[in-house]
Amino acid sequence: MDFTLDKKHEMARDLFRQFAETEVKPLAQETDETEQFPAETVKKMAKYGFLGIPVPKEYGGQGCDPLTYVMCVEELSKVCATTGVVVSAHTSLCIDPIMTYGTEEQKQKYVTKLAKGEMLGAFALTEPGAGTDAQGAQTKAVLDGDEWVLNGSKCFITNGKVADVYIVIAITSVVEDKRGRKKKNFSAFIVEKGAPGFSFGTKEKKMGIRGSSTYELIFEDCRIPKDALLGPEGKGFPIAMHTLDGGRIGIASQALGIAEGALERCIEYTKERKQFGRSIAAQQNTQFKIADMAARIEAAKLLVYKAAKAKETQKVYSVEAAKAKLFAAETAMAVTTEVVQLFGGYGYIREYDVERMMRDAKITEIYEGTSEVQRMVISGALLK
Amino acid sequence: MNIAVCIKQVPDTKGGVKFNPDGTLDRAAMLAIMNPDDKAGLEAALRIKDETGAKVTVVTMGLPTADAVLREALAMGADDAVLVTDRVLGGADTWATSSTVAAALKKMDYDLVITGRQAIDGDTAQVGPQIAVHLGLPVISYAEDIRLEGDYVIVKRQYEDRYHEIRAKMPCLITALSELNEPRYMTPGGIVDACDKEITVWSRADLTDLDDANIGLAGSPTKIAKASDKVPKGAGEKVNLDPAESVNYLMEKFKEKHII
Repeated sequence: MDFTLDKKHEMARDLFRQFAETEVKPLAQETDETEQFPAETVKKMAKYGFLGIPVPKEYGGQGCDPLTYVMCVEELSKVCATTGVVVSAHTSLCIDPIMTYGTEEQKQKYVTKLAKGEMLGAFALTEPGAGTDAQGAQTKAVLDGDEWVLNGSKCFITNGKVADVYIVIAITSVVEDKRGRKKKNFSAFIVEKGAPGFSFGTKEKKMGIRGSSTYELIFEDCRIPKDALLGPEGKGFPIAMHTLDGGRIGIASQALGIAEGALERCIEYTKERKQFGRSIAAQQNTQFKIADMAARIEAAKLLVYKAAKAKETQKVYSVEAAKAKLFAAETAMAVTTEVVQLFGGYGYIREYDVERMMRDAKITEIYEGTSEVQRMVISGALLK
Repeated sequence: MNIAVCIKQVPDTKGGVKFNPDGTLDRAAMLAIMNPDDKAGLEAALRIKDETGAKVTVVTMGLPTADAVLREALAMGADDAVLVTDRVLGGADTWATSSTVAAALKKMDYDLVITGRQAIDGDTAQVGPQIAVHLGLPVISYAEDIRLEGDYVIVKRQYEDRYHEIRAKMPCLITALSELNEPRYMTPGGIVDACDKEITVWSRADLTDLDDANIGLAGSPTKIAKASDKVPKGAGEKVNLDPAESVNYLMEKFKEKHII
């Protein structure tokens, strides 16, 4: 067992860190304040291949492993969680399912462009009445000749209005089981922006990750080609769940980055801030808290990196992903809350990054499966 | 077209300079980076590559650990990398360095050689022009813009208050200023390839066109008597005179300091 990073990963980390510090950090506060999607940064990330890191080179990607991708989301999120989730949703929730379940034609048509950042991706499962209970989704797709006709709406969709390609989960049939209970069969579809009958609802005003474009998607007799079906008909639910396993590793990396970023700022600040004639870093209360946070972050990092490794080497990695996301998200929330406390009044002021980080951290406990869902996944595997 | 870019691994001086007790640089205590002027030179070469498909080879002389800057250059888009390393080459001043690097370049095909203006650790700005002399190439230093026109390069050479536009037939050598451009980042995929790629390593024995009298510490005519951190400036002299006397006073001082 080796916990050291090899040369490739060290270089990649340096690259992501340098990019984040130079290109992303200066815009983080403004992105939050104005709720503007960081389009220019996304363009730059596309130029340097950050939007196709784990995609094989033959599909226009960078040919890197999941750990490299994880480190990218982590380093971006250290300075701007909005930028982190743009990459995560695009890569894990849109490219990954097409790479895993798509036909060669679909991969050529979409992945080659998504990986180069010529297109941006999104994923739509959640509906107003179907969050954790994803099976409660109502959006339907009916085959009409050579086209599927979609009706329904999806909400809280990351990269909502800025994406070009959406993975949409919809009911394609309802069957009765032996006991007469109705069971919905879902299918996954690739929907392009501009499809007739596809429009956007309201933009969500959020607590954190405010630069991220979060929208409602509306499908009213939306017609898409027959071959827009992703994977086998009726397999939409397992496709969505497997996609979310990967997505959770991305969000876990985002949470890890937020926690690390907050601790970095905490160390800088507590060394400078003087109370009672000495820096607050010289007070034992601060020292113990910093030690606890650092230990917890290190544990989160090991879980996240382990999950990335599991994604590379295992077919199923639900439990590893759930553990990583659960622990990293709760670490991000706990660390940012503690850091705001150590900053005192200044921590509550928007001028300081930690105020934003605490707001950004909260979403990591909620989206792509709440912490409660992660606990269900972990215990479910133990108690089966 | 083949472009050779000479780069150097230098200690990052951003966080301040650290010295050993004997006054030499404590390189181990400082982060090692690619010299900024060299990086601009590399970027200039890569832009020519983007336009014309030229082949870019990076060359460095240094410790075996200097391969880090070569890998960075490969990850940015350079095609090949050469590391010149040997214990007998250690302690080289600008003369010994330029002799050695020129001997390495003699083994390579090039139409254009680009070096940085100067390294942030030595600040001599001598190595580039010296390499040109060893190779018998024309040199254009302080380049703030480089364009290609057939077999010619057109370079803006920077002066304090102006620039000269110089047209030179290749092969020639250009020394680049960091203001020349904004160097690109590496790419994640470029890093993968850079780490898998084999770097050509040459030792003293591989450099046949090189005299032993011109290498390493022994072949270095420059001896450093003393090195120190920046010395803070003194408080200066305050005088209180009427305007006419002030002018006379200043003129005297300027003459004294040979300013006028």
